[in-house]
Amino acid sequence: MLKAKHKTGLVFFPAFDWAISPTHPEREERLLYTQDQVLEEGLFDIEGILEFKPDLATVKDIQRVHFCVPDVWRVTTESHFISAGGAKTIGIAVLDKTVDKGFALVRPPGHHAMRVVHGARGFCNINIEAVMIEYLRRAYGVDRVAIVDTDCHHGDGTQDIYWHDPDTLFISIHQDGRTLYPGSGFPNEQGGPNALGTTVNIPLPPHTSAEGILYALKNAVLPILADFKPQIIVNSAGQDNHYSDPITNMNFCAQGYAALTHLLQPDIAVLEGGYAIEGALPYVNVGIILAMAGIDYSKVREPDYDPQRIRQRPDVTRHIEAVCESVRGLWDQREIKRLQVLNEKTFDHRSRNIFYDTDMIQETQKETVRVCGDCAGALRIDSSSSRGIRILAVHVPRKACAACREMAFQWYASADRGEFDHIFLQDRIRDVYEEHK
Amino acid sequence: MIIGLDVGGTHADVVLLGDSGLVREIKVPTDPENLFKTVLAGLETIMAGIDPHQIRRIVLSTTLTTNAIAQKKLPPVGMIVSSGPGVDPEFYRTNSHYFAVAGSIDHRGREVAPISVNEIQKVAEGFKAEGIRNVGIVGKFSVRNPQHELRIYKILKDHFERLFMGHQVSGNLNFSRRVATTYLNAAVYPIHRSFFDAVKKSLVQKGLNVPLYILKADGGTMNLEASMEFPGQTILSGPAASVMGAVGFAPIDMDAMVMDIGGTTTDMAVIRNRIPLLHPIGVRLGGFRTLIRSLETRSIGIGGDSSVKVSDGELIIGPEREGPAMAFGGSNPTPTDALFVLGEMTGGDREAALRGMTAVAQDLGLSVEDAARRVFDHACHRILSEARELIDRINNRPVYTVQDLQQGDKVNPKVFLILGGPAPYFARRIEALSGSRVRVVPRWQVANAVGAAVARTTCEVMVFADTQLGIIRAPEENYSEKVNPDFSGSDAVDQAYRLLKMKALQIGALDEDLEMEVLEDLQFNMVRGFLTTGKNLRVKVQVKPGLIRDYERWTAKFS
Repeated sequence: MLKAKHKTGLVFFPAFDWAISPTHPEREERLLYTQDQVLEEGLFDIEGILEFKPDLATVKDIQRVHFCVPDVWRVTTESHFISAGGAKTIGIAVLDKTVDKGFALVRPPGHHAMRVVHGARGFCNINIEAVMIEYLRRAYGVDRVAIVDTDCHHGDGTQDIYWHDPDTLFISIHQDGRTLYPGSGFPNEQGGPNALGTTVNIPLPPHTSAEGILYALKNAVLPILADFKPQIIVNSAGQDNHYSDPITNMNFCAQGYAALTHLLQPDIAVLEGGYAIEGALPYVNVGIILAMAGIDYSKVREPDYDPQRIRQRPDVTRHIEAVCESVRGLWDQREIKRLQVLNEKTFDHRSRNIFYDTDMIQETQKETVRVCGDCAGALRIDSSSSRGIRILAVHVPRKACAACREMAFQWYASADRGEFDHIFLQDRIRDVYEEHK
Repeated sequence: MIIGLDVGGTHADVVLLGDSGLVREIKVPTDPENLFKTVLAGLETIMAGIDPHQIRRIVLSTTLTTNAIAQKKLPPVGMIVSSGPGVDPEFYRTNSHYFAVAGSIDHRGREVAPISVNEIQKVAEGFKAEGIRNVGIVGKFSVRNPQHELRIYKILKDHFERLFMGHQVSGNLNFSRRVATTYLNAAVYPIHRSFFDAVKKSLVQKGLNVPLYILKADGGTMNLEASMEFPGQTILSGPAASVMGAVGFAPIDMDAMVMDIGGTTTDMAVIRNRIPLLHPIGVRLGGFRTLIRSLETRSIGIGGDSSVKVSDGELIIGPEREGPAMAFGGSNPTPTDALFVLGEMTGGDREAALRGMTAVAQDLGLSVEDAARRVFDHACHRILSEARELIDRINNRPVYTVQDLQQGDKVNPKVFLILGGPAPYFARRIEALSGSRVRVVPRWQVANAVGAAVARTTCEVMVFADTQLGIIRAPEENYSEKVNPDFSGSDAVDQAYRLLKMKALQIGALDEDLEMEVLEDLQFNMVRGFLTTGKNLRVKVQVKPGLIRDYERWTAKFS
């Protein structure tokens, strides 16, 4: 009888009745063949693999992470509550030790959703990993978390949410932003002044194969994780690095994904992108589930798998080696650099234009963070969208120091109500979300 | 008139139903070493003095195949398994003559790699050399395209007695269960065949040449001929007999929980609006997980004769039965003895029961009456908590659409229907402890045999269509056709119903009992490169488990 070495929980929610639009990659059919394969392989019957029904995330769970404009209901559908709830269900099962590890195979995805949400970007509305993590921090007192985002696209939403948080290590491995949406994720993006270094970007050139991704994992990701010592590792398990993916240019394969999962040993994996719904997802997911459960995955492969055809070119290999070396260098110098920035200024500002490709919205943001050696820093975001709404978002971090908390309250109280359509306060110490009316 | 016979662990219950209701009911002791004798004795006794021409049909529920599997007394079978990539098929090994061979089909039924004729022939030679007569052939995704199984079948067919193919045992996905199900069908086939050939022969000799039906685990019946094709479907029919016995007394528009309290175990199931709930995948027995359609049941090792022990001051009831209650000559105290001590039950040796309960009372530091009450309440509480677990299991089952997650209504039984030997005694206490309405099923001692007698013939059909590939298929029904791009979901449902009706009539259903429904109706637009290129349709239909039309006429006369 087949038995899992690690007790593994699965939430499988294919949302067979939900699509962004009928022909959109994020449509009903996306996990159909994956379900066929997972059912046919009998994975839910394996001793030690447990399937859970997803809980719904709550509005409060979402407001713990996001500033939704104008409110949560206007930027979500039921499916988002289930998808984030599915991730949360897995997180709870892992923290309760009902299972050793878990994988939320849910849709829609979330890693392009930033702290402020005016609509959908990159098929994402709310950041399902962040919703789960912040719930687990609140409910279980988890502190240090590492997110390893292996989706082919840079996880710019997750990066944005954790940009200032020194307790969350965010590592993204992705296809170089000069060649793919969303166009960000370069090694010099290392986090805000209060969390410098805990954002790590590893852009890989197009045509990277399993060899290159696993090289980056062994030579950059794993050593950095060992230094950071997280309590839990979350894998944003996008599956669009696959050689057959229609919207990317990488050469990863099912065996590679399984090996990656085996090496990384994530506590929790959450499905992100992946749109080769017939040729890749069924096999990649079987590989990931087997690897998580600690079961032999050596016979999993795609019907058209041909290692010769996707072999990595030597120039690609050299490029990856150089990227990893530079990432390691940046990581090693992070502390010196952080102390330097701390002494330079009291406030740090970012001005950005953010494009919501899925909903065709343009957002302009002015962000101010209090530079602080004691916490993630009080945060103030002045955000306007092309839909004509302007909001002020004030965030008190989970472990805010007294000074930062005071600063945030002052921003919130003194905001000019005539200037903004909405003024929000997200106070993570009291775990409340308020609107100044 | 109809005869229903249900073989249990200790007794075989037999009933004769007719226009005047329950004409006769008897119990004969089960001889586990000779079920044939048990069945014949039951039939002979119930038939004594009855004109054989009056019998319209006989329905049997036996433990024959269940026991063979549970006791691992299965004859050798050859298994040929073609999996292609994925989980190593070695993990699904069912027996020693098990060979994984080349060949691969993908999830849409397209061939990925061919089978090797030479390889199959070599394996077949080996089987023949070992004297193997029955073979199972199973391919991954054969329910999407059975061509590999059929090709292997062709190579083997002249060399073996009986071949079972995976795509015929069920239309559902699940390769590992398909392997196990095919194996079990092949393995119990010779046992089932020789047993029922003998039963049929004896009946004919007695002038009883009437249709013989066998009860299945899903609470439906099939005729003898069909059972020879799918003998695996006869396993675990026991709990189904009891549930079907309660169906006729279940409320309409309400959920009910059935509890069959026997000597050794209590079996539970849920009935919604007079239809018992089915397990979503299939029977699990003796380490085998199968695709054999089954009612959703839960069993707990607590019954009237469960042994009662005290260990470190803690009361333990069951799961073993070590003979009958002391009141009936046994040597171990049981919940039945507790009932004697409490004066609830009479007609046995109360002194012996008292002796047994006194020992329990001393270990618990209670008076004999208090100990007896404790024993009985403990048994009732265990049964109730198991019932809650069954409800939780059903309600927490994953669903795959937003609509089902939001609107899927939860099972919430408001009525408990209790049957089995000690039913009335347990019913009163369970009602008091649970606060639910409790009803004892009329003729509770033989309700299981009644259930077998009045169960209708059931089956299911699974159809899938892929308009991009231009096909509609139901491999289980040996059906495949070309379709046009405009083939729709309702066309698929119509076709599924046609196939279902044909199948049901063939396995013994009466036209008047064809109550059919759609279990699954999924339609997906297939989009390739931002263009809709076809539709992927999956339809599953069934004849609902339920009772034959005549039942009401008869059971209305039950007192």
